[in-house]
Amino acid sequence: MKKNLTAWLCLLPAIAFLGVFMVYPLVDVLIYSFEEGYNFASQTFWGTGLYNYSYVLHDPYFIQALKNTFIIVIITVPLSTGIALLISLELSSIKALRDFFQTVYFLPYVTNTLAVGLVFMILFKKTAYSDGLVSLLIQLFGGPSVDFIDGPYWAKMFVMCFYTIWIVMPFKILILTSALASVNPMFYKAAEVDATPKWRIFYKITLPMISPMVFYLVITGFIGAFKAYSDEVALFGTDLNAAGMNTIVGYVYDMLYGNSGGYPSYASAAALILFAIVFTITTINLMVSRKTVYYQ
Amino acid sequence: MKVVLEHVTKRFPNRNKKIKEYVIAVNDFDFEIPDGKLIGLLGPSGCGKSTALNLICGLEKPTNGRIFFGDTDVTELPPQHRGVGLVFQNYALYPHLTVRENIRFPLENFRGDKKLSKEEMEAKVQEAARLVQIQELLDRRPNEMSGGQQQRVAIARALVKRPQVLLLDEPLSNLDARLRLQTREELKRIQLETGITTVFVTHDQEEAMSICDTIVVMKDGVLQQMGEPQKIYDEPVNLFVASFLGTPQINTFTGKIRDGKIYIGDSAVLDAKGHADEDVYVSIRPEGFVVDENGPLECEFLNREVMGRDTSYVARHPLFTGENIRAIIPSEVISTGKDGKIRFSLKPSKVHVFDENTTERIIL
Repeated sequence: MKKNLTAWLCLLPAIAFLGVFMVYPLVDVLIYSFEEGYNFASQTFWGTGLYNYSYVLHDPYFIQALKNTFIIVIITVPLSTGIALLISLELSSIKALRDFFQTVYFLPYVTNTLAVGLVFMILFKKTAYSDGLVSLLIQLFGGPSVDFIDGPYWAKMFVMCFYTIWIVMPFKILILTSALASVNPMFYKAAEVDATPKWRIFYKITLPMISPMVFYLVITGFIGAFKAYSDEVALFGTDLNAAGMNTIVGYVYDMLYGNSGGYPSYASAAALILFAIVFTITTINLMVSRKTVYYQ
Repeated sequence: MKVVLEHVTKRFPNRNKKIKEYVIAVNDFDFEIPDGKLIGLLGPSGCGKSTALNLICGLEKPTNGRIFFGDTDVTELPPQHRGVGLVFQNYALYPHLTVRENIRFPLENFRGDKKLSKEEMEAKVQEAARLVQIQELLDRRPNEMSGGQQQRVAIARALVKRPQVLLLDEPLSNLDARLRLQTREELKRIQLETGITTVFVTHDQEEAMSICDTIVVMKDGVLQQMGEPQKIYDEPVNLFVASFLGTPQINTFTGKIRDGKIYIGDSAVLDAKGHADEDVYVSIRPEGFVVDENGPLECEFLNREVMGRDTSYVARHPLFTGENIRAIIPSEVISTGKDGKIRFSLKPSKVHVFDENTTERIIL
């Protein structure tokens, strides 16, 4: 009994912190999402039900945010993982300059977000003085002038995805190069003796052996992309609804603190919808992984 | 397919880059492996035997010299074009594939007119599995099997594409003693059944002696002696070969030849008629001792180790080069010596004499 008490005492700080900062807010969010007409000032509401969910799902801003988030997820997660894998493969097959390239590819990870934002502005933003570097290049080849930051939707989405891929790449390369290095070279020798073509060595040996790491990157990639918000703000400013580039997390934030803020019920409902989406996708991922991922 | 090595040398740059000298792993190897035989490359660790195997395999390119398979010069060919099967020391089975998929793996690499149908592949997999007797394990994964079973799978994978030469790198070293004995018999049976020229690397002389048609003994990248196991055991060319082969080890004394007799200390142990006087090493196989009250070699008697079939006598002598002398004596002879001393006479065929400087054998 005394032993038990000591154990509980040791656990208490962690339980207290988790309870106050994790469990309580989670429960609170759940409750908020079912309270209709909640008033922030008087802390009162006039009923319970599913109205908040209905409102959010019919809100065009939320639909736009949902669409944006899904486009970002579907484009950036496979592309960033694929490109990172390609770069890692090249990195592990070269000898000369490997350290140099590893540093180059890792730089975005340690670069200040504001500096990155500035560079992207120079590349893409149309100002009174310049059309932006990329736009100038397009014009050089006879294309039209494109404003990537305040212009058409596809142009903004392109910059958004480009930025997201670029910002998540270093971490993925870091993980994948170390995963590749951990594959026993003996397997490659065995495959070489058996006249295995290069692509087959990759597909049949390398990929299965690093599959746990790839899977880890895909799952965290999905979750990270669904929670995208700050990168959007860095590129398009705080009024994401006006720019048409809002995301689900952005919508939640706006509902709480934005110009039209003060609606914790709507924000909670939107957050729980996001949770349901992420949960579903992760479950699907886990189910797929059971067949394709090999753990040593 | 016979394998011919013509003055093959392999040098590696020193791992310590400050040392300009090259490391010579294989020094001027020049021998022929006859078709359909089982050859053992034998030597202590670091003697270059694995490098020699890699050279035959094609994973390493020789610095000098040429390698032939039959009449074809394969020196420049990469391993995949040599038609060799290689079994690694720790098997290198693909852990994420089942046994069937592992064995089928080399077959799936065939391209063009060599490409096999699913049924043909399955038939070949079954045949290879039968050969190594793992038919009932085909759906398992490597980590669900014992070391011996994994070894069999590795051999099946190397054999399934019908290589011209089968190469095994320390194939038994990861197995426990009993399994090693079993597997080496198995290895011999498989080799006889397939008739594929097989080269295997080992540091265990007993392993090599028991199953090889021919043994190649190496030391520091230099070939010491090549021949049938019994012949090498009976007629070692130098002290190294004599010491490396046989357990317990051969017993070496410092001695001398004087007036046509071999002396250990003051005792003339054997005749050496017509040989000039010189200082020598006298090496006596453990089974070369005979307990004999009037024998010429007197040793300090320590104890007897009974092994059932025979008895090991442990003794000491001031001129012995090692710690303890070990003599294997038939178990019906029982003697504990007299006053802590024991006397032996020697069987002439079990005694070798080596030049003290060159350690080359002096033929009596």
